[in-house]
Amino acid sequence: MQKYSVFSLIKNAFKGHKDWEVAWKDPTPKSEYDVIIIGGGGHGLATAYYLAKEHNITNVAIVEKGWIGGGNVGRNTTILRSNYMHDENGLFYELGMDLWRRMSQDLNFNVMYSPRGIINLAHSDAQMNAYSRRGNSMRLNGIDAVLLDREEVKKLVPILDFSENVRFPIFGGLMQPSGGTARHDAVAWGYARQADSMGVDIIQHCEVNGFDIVNGKIKGIKTSRGNIKAKKVGLCVAGSTSVLAEMLNMTLPIETHLLQACVTEPIKPILDHVVTFGAGHFYCSQSDKGEMVMGGDLDGYNSYAQRGNLPTLQHVLTEGIAMFPFLSKLKMLRTWGGIMDMSMDGSPIIDKTHIEGLYLNCGWCYGGFKATPASGWTFAHTIAQDKVHKLNSSFSLNRFNTGHLIDEKGLGTKTWIS
Amino acid sequence: MLNIKCPYCGMRSQNEFAYGGDATVKRPELNKEVSDKEWDTFVYLRKSPRGKHLELWHHISGCRQWFKVKRDTVTHEIFKTAKISEDI
Repeated sequence: MQKYSVFSLIKNAFKGHKDWEVAWKDPTPKSEYDVIIIGGGGHGLATAYYLAKEHNITNVAIVEKGWIGGGNVGRNTTILRSNYMHDENGLFYELGMDLWRRMSQDLNFNVMYSPRGIINLAHSDAQMNAYSRRGNSMRLNGIDAVLLDREEVKKLVPILDFSENVRFPIFGGLMQPSGGTARHDAVAWGYARQADSMGVDIIQHCEVNGFDIVNGKIKGIKTSRGNIKAKKVGLCVAGSTSVLAEMLNMTLPIETHLLQACVTEPIKPILDHVVTFGAGHFYCSQSDKGEMVMGGDLDGYNSYAQRGNLPTLQHVLTEGIAMFPFLSKLKMLRTWGGIMDMSMDGSPIIDKTHIEGLYLNCGWCYGGFKATPASGWTFAHTIAQDKVHKLNSSFSLNRFNTGHLIDEKGLGTKTWIS
Repeated sequence: MLNIKCPYCGMRSQNEFAYGGDATVKRPELNKEVSDKEWDTFVYLRKSPRGKHLELWHHISGCRQWFKVKRDTVTHEIFKTAKISEDI
């Protein structure tokens, strides 16, 4: 594989950029693979990459209905963090943070990792106490956390509304300095390029129509481009999980919901951090292009439409304007939607299933992007060893049955509970 | 914007309603021993179909009645609404 560097850039510039190798090939499906990953999003690509890199399993195919990077990995708001209170989440996402820190070097692809810090605002004394508790839990797990008072927040984010007569005055906040953003498309492309170079077949425009299961064991998949045999199959299809589950006669503790995001017109640098509202669900950061990137609640009803509806956007932006009054002067540049696999406790599922050789990765709710490397790493381990890793052993499918829920926020599909 | 026809009040905007989820879920019978599996199925497991979905909505900023809606989860088209007691 051609290495990307300043030298290769200069060399190719002299040749008029005509000799760059393709970043990944467009192979025809083989008749059989050791592992098939369904879903060419961030998690699927990362899984294939770690299967090849960490477990030397290279006879792998990624089967994607659309094109890679066209789903949620290209639709999120690019935030990275591990500011969780529970050990299960904190340790899992912190593995992700470690992988994010090294990702550009590891993939030889600039993912524009930007640890600019994430600040959760607090609007009451009680919330400050809760944040102090969460911050302490984070630090016990080796995750960086800083409790900020009102003046410290004001120094970091002076553009927030600090006037006295607001409905939700800012008392302070909890900051994870190593949280931040990364360029989401680059993550998909970087993983795809490396996986391809190690022998993974990335098969795009190939829809899965069914599964071949004999005596409770997976034998292969049926696709729009023919039947493909496989020893193991991993599902990484986010919002489409329930559709594939129906083909497998499985009913899962997830619902597919619609989540919107939007950006304003680009402006000069004004916001250096990722900031979240503490009295509702709104968050904001500024992209390198200068756009204010914003998101918030689900639309609130089951949906497979990858486009949103105005009332939710209006509700979310009302909170945004309460935080940053200057936003009301900006024009909206784009809004878009993606479909989320909302689990019932708000935490993911990375597990084996009752079908031998079939593995499940779903339930990412609002936070799939930041989990991309950790999800791929642990899912690859689960598939390769046919055994869950310690870090994803709590993200089991049967925890709803046994009562071992991971209720970080106690927030799943029912947004009104918050 | 969804326009939803409340069976009691008529056509209103989505802003007046709250979503109540899958209407086909059945609570285990009262006064009967309920197994963990039955509770699990009732509380957590959902079909979440892609296409036609029978669901509950609550006219929370109106007459406050619950009712059924048959809606497409891909196009958001609403085919029919009905009172809880009615079949759809």
